[in-house]
Amino acid sequence: MRRAVLIAIPYAWLLALFLVPFGIVLKISLSDTAIAIPPYVPTLDLAEGWAGFRAFLSELDFENFVWLTEDDLYWKAYLSSLKIALISTIFTLLVGYPMAYGMARAPEEWRPTLMMLVILPFWTSFLIRVYAWMGILSNEGFLNQALLWLGVIGEPLALLNTNTAVYIGIVYTYLPFMILPIYAALDRLDGSLIEAAEDLGCSRLQAFWLVTIPLSRPGIIAGSFLVFIPVLGEFVIPSLLGGSGTLMIGKVLWEEFFSNRDWPVASAVAVVLLLILVIPIVLFQRNQQKQAEAEQ
Amino acid sequence: MGDIVSSTVFEPWTDPQAEPLIRFRNVTKRFGSFTAIDDLTLDIYEKEFFALLGPSGCGKTTMMRMLAGFENPTEGSIELAGRDIANVPPNKRAVNMMFQSYALFPHLNIWDNIAFGLRRDKMPKVDLEARVEEMLKLTRLEKFAKRKPHQISGGQRQRVALARSLAKAPKLLLLDEPLGALDKKLRQDTQFELMDIQEKTGTTFVIVTHDQEEAMTVASRVAVMDEGHLMQVATPDRIYENPESVYVADFIGDVNIIQGRASAVGGETYSIDWAEGQGQLTATSATSFDNGQTCHLAIRPEKVTITADRPEVADNVVQGRVHDIAYLGNLSTYHVELPNGTIIKAQTANTRRISRRSFTWEDPVWLSWTATAGVLLAN
Ligand SMILES: Nc1ncnc2c1ncn2[C@@H]1O[C@H](COP(=O)(O)OP(=O)(O)OP(=O)(O)O)[C@@H](O)[C@H]1O
Ligand SMILES: [Mg+2]
Repeated sequence: MRRAVLIAIPYAWLLALFLVPFGIVLKISLSDTAIAIPPYVPTLDLAEGWAGFRAFLSELDFENFVWLTEDDLYWKAYLSSLKIALISTIFTLLVGYPMAYGMARAPEEWRPTLMMLVILPFWTSFLIRVYAWMGILSNEGFLNQALLWLGVIGEPLALLNTNTAVYIGIVYTYLPFMILPIYAALDRLDGSLIEAAEDLGCSRLQAFWLVTIPLSRPGIIAGSFLVFIPVLGEFVIPSLLGGSGTLMIGKVLWEEFFSNRDWPVASAVAVVLLLILVIPIVLFQRNQQKQAEAEQ
Repeated sequence: MGDIVSSTVFEPWTDPQAEPLIRFRNVTKRFGSFTAIDDLTLDIYEKEFFALLGPSGCGKTTMMRMLAGFENPTEGSIELAGRDIANVPPNKRAVNMMFQSYALFPHLNIWDNIAFGLRRDKMPKVDLEARVEEMLKLTRLEKFAKRKPHQISGGQRQRVALARSLAKAPKLLLLDEPLGALDKKLRQDTQFELMDIQEKTGTTFVIVTHDQEEAMTVASRVAVMDEGHLMQVATPDRIYENPESVYVADFIGDVNIIQGRASAVGGETYSIDWAEGQGQLTATSATSFDNGQTCHLAIRPEKVTITADRPEVADNVVQGRVHDIAYLGNLSTYHVELPNGTIIKAQTANTRRISRRSFTWEDPVWLSWTATAGVLLAN
């Protein structure tokens, strides 16, 4: 009995917070737009019973999904999102790995402080931090002024409203998600393994490559997915820091929903995005499971 | 014929001309304010099988780590083949170490663990495979080659660590408790394998062990350590027969220590006044003692004879009662309580069945030993 309850809780959670909303979105994606409240038809009228339900079903179609394939805006946005997510994941890894490594190598008494510094940005609103980046990256911003003052550049760089700004914003925002799992993996790494590798003829660099990297791989994979998955649907950063050339599916979705008030197409975009995300999420789960097994 | 040549005594440490392979010169190692190794000077010669013996925390691993290059001496220097190795990184030393914690690579299978060092040397594939197979066979791990370290038992892991350190056939091999997790049979087999490898390859071994029997079996010389000091460095038989201190006598094997006051009788013979109401004991000693100087007579239990009747002629005789009997299979150790409460152990071989043994609890017995049986120690 108690076991049944314990098992039921996560399933109820999943049902209420994921499956039901998803069902609703899926239903909207199969509907048609209408100037009405809500802005789509058909709506299910339970008063008409079985016949009403049949009529309701017969009006649902895949028109919106077909539309997604016809207008090249959508698949370009998906591809561009994938590209931006991939590149920024790589950048986050390149920045995050050395930081995690430094933390794991730091003296024991320093580590809580360093950990604190990584988490500290979460204490201010995400939106404020992105706005701060606008102040830093704009033509009259701190960065350009500093570079001008140093004489590195002759005239201000156009950073804000470009993809570069989007990458900077993403790397900055998602860095902790990369650092923490890698740090966890490196922290567990037994220092005598590095010594053994050196003893058997490895240079420092070889030992890092042959022992440290493979043993922190679960952390690298976990961190990469924790960045890649949310960045794929990211909306705030590209709309605040990106320019007209920045095409991301999150932005498209927003515009369909709020500017065009085309809920069915917006829902179709969301459903496809979710289907694309299923692949990395499954891979991520597999990685976590394998790691848990290895630790037993 | 070759045998006769090789069986001539191997004692480079007695030869003042011999160049040691390893030379610790006044080495001190401190961790913060804690001194792990204290002003230690030691020579180890090529082709030696050198055993480090001592209680936990006495600095055995620290000495190994300094040889392997993971720690540098705080003071003093270490020379390997005449060269100061302070600035030589671990991967540039012809030294391999088997770690006390094994330090197997968890992401590699057993085969790749053993091959790891060989790959760094860019050994040709055919030779490499042959070498790994040889090591697997030696350590009886053929069946486990494809498993990961977490999929094998503790003893098997220990053998992998051993195989991995042996694979590169280094000039100097450091084994930190290589056989602790093995059962007695496998341990003995492996001990002989190690001695065999040593004989074939001429590798110098430095081995840490808690098992003094193991040290006795394999070692050319044994160093007994205590709190970062060398207490004695000598061949196993000398360590056993002629310990220089009570500490060493007590650490190696079973021993009776009788404290008393020495007075010279003549020559190298001393009589020892040791307890009220007990006759004096007689012992010989090459080191001289002042009259009335405190001394300790160390006698191994197997050198003490136990009899029901008072022996006719004996240098030393005491009487007591059997307090306890430890049956060890081939041997029995009798704990005999003297009238003043002192316990003296006597060991005899069990040549008869246990039901027919001569003494049992509370039997009055006589213990006797010769003047040369024990060692007289100042401290
Ligand atoms: N990195 C270190 N920092 C501080 N103290 C250390 C360090 N390494 C060793 N010690 C101390 O030095 C002493 C000697 O340690 P070592 O590991 O050499 O002992 P050991 O003789 O190998 O003991 P065991 O038989 O238990 O393995 C111990 O008291 C240990 O606590
Ligand atoms: Mg040790």
